[in-house]
Amino acid sequence: MSVVARAEVVQPGAARGRALKIATLSFWGGVDAPSGRLLDPAVAHCGEALAGRILLVAEPRGSSSSSAVMLELLHNGHAPAAVVLGRVDAILGLGIVVAREMGWPTIPLYALPADEHDRIADGTELDIDESGAIRVL
Amino acid sequence: MVQLTVEEQARRDGRDGPAAALAMRVVTEAARMLGAERLVAIESAHIDGCLYHGDSGTLFAEQLVAGHGRVRVPTTLNVGALDLLHADRARLAPHPATMARRLMQAYLDLDCRPTWTCAPYQAGHRPSVGTHVAWGESNAVAFCNSVLGARSERYGDYLDICAALAARAPDIGLHRDANRCATVLVDCSGLDPRLVAEDAFYPVLGAWLGATAGSRIVAIDGLPAGLSDDRLKALCAAAASTGAVGLFHIIGVTPEAPDVATAFAGVPPAQTIRLTGALLRAARDRLSTTTRGQDAVIDAIAIGSPHLSVDEFQRLLGLLRGRKSRLPFYACTGRHTLDRLQALDLMDAVTAANITVVADTCVVVTPILPAGGGVLLTNSGKFAHYTRPNTGYDVVYGSLSDVAETAATGRLVRDEALWQ
Repeated sequence: MSVVARAEVVQPGAARGRALKIATLSFWGGVDAPSGRLLDPAVAHCGEALAGRILLVAEPRGSSSSSAVMLELLHNGHAPAAVVLGRVDAILGLGIVVAREMGWPTIPLYALPADEHDRIADGTELDIDESGAIRVL
Repeated sequence: MVQLTVEEQARRDGRDGPAAALAMRVVTEAARMLGAERLVAIESAHIDGCLYHGDSGTLFAEQLVAGHGRVRVPTTLNVGALDLLHADRARLAPHPATMARRLMQAYLDLDCRPTWTCAPYQAGHRPSVGTHVAWGESNAVAFCNSVLGARSERYGDYLDICAALAARAPDIGLHRDANRCATVLVDCSGLDPRLVAEDAFYPVLGAWLGATAGSRIVAIDGLPAGLSDDRLKALCAAAASTGAVGLFHIIGVTPEAPDVATAFAGVPPAQTIRLTGALLRAARDRLSTTTRGQDAVIDAIAIGSPHLSVDEFQRLLGLLRGRKSRLPFYACTGRHTLDRLQALDLMDAVTAANITVVADTCVVVTPILPAGGGVLLTNSGKFAHYTRPNTGYDVVYGSLSDVAETAATGRLVRDEALWQ
């Protein structure tokens, strides 16, 4: 089990799950909050559920309501296992921070430069530890 | 590492109650993620978090109320999911309607003002040049930074109310001098003056700007002095919805751009773009989602994004000249405008014209348009952008004159001469 990439830890935690790779996504408009499924027909994996997956988004798009969608997914149990973004996104991070303040389950959030996402194949089983080291299982 | 002052540490550690402490922790954590070194004291807030997206937002707001939360700066509210003045407007199912109402009530309990409008700057909320504020709602942020010269980042759900409770925001982005200077000059001097004199020009300019600017700060040169708030409002809303524009300058119009040298802080523009009628025509065409052109059958009309001012209502009534709308016609506005329409005895004329007034909310954030979909005519660049994803309706974009003629005749009338 070798380390394929080292991500920056934006919100703490460790996770294990199958990679779900998307080039660009806004949580607001791109994810159905009640079901946690991808909504945008222009995006790969449209219709798939995020729950249990490690979501990798190379280019996050920042609608300011995306924190509300993240908080709703954490509250209703449809959140992914972890999110890895091409850059630090404080809007998604804020949804996680607020969930922690509410005493709800949270997930880790990592930042990994977009070009390093290429080292991880879509659908592979991943393990990410608390230091942000990403391993392929 | 975010350095807090003694005062900020005391608030974070609970001196001012549990909600203020929670808010200060959230603002500090946001500052850390954004790479800020300190917080900045804010003088007002405008909250977008009062729109219902799910039960979690309601539970969070009620937690702040339970923790004795009170906003520490004057705070206005953006639209909610319900029209509290006209109970039957929004067709929400019982559970979301209950939770949306609880959410709106929780924000009132936090001492926010019941403005329920996306145009707070026309409802008396106008921070002065150079002051730091924390505003949400993209059009309001663009207007606040660009037209008023106050300083706000684009604050999203929950950071907005936390900033208002903590009276602090992360010292990053548009709060800092260096990030407010223009780097791109847009030269409008080659445009037909008759086009620049039309209201319909401004949302289209905004749509072009939003699609072009990216994260860069643009200064627009060659527009007439004395632009009305309504034109600037339409420009800001279109730029902030088609792109991520939080600040632009207009040379000789907006407060941080008395001349080119000031707007660019003495540095030559990195790029100059000469705007042409052809570029604007293409931007206008992108605002319509149906390709049926003049043959489109219009099923409904909606205006008022951002919320209509009294002047805009008066212009609409003038263009209708006493005729009634033959199509379902929705005019979205705030209580600040309704109060003045009543004082001016104009509400009877609005009702007589078959216009359905929507207050406190708008037709793209909650189900109000007739079920079944179809084609919507609007003069709003922001409605044009959000109508299809949010409501399923296709869009035809036109001027306010087009809106009035289409309403009165029941079939699409669009004056193309302006754009030739």
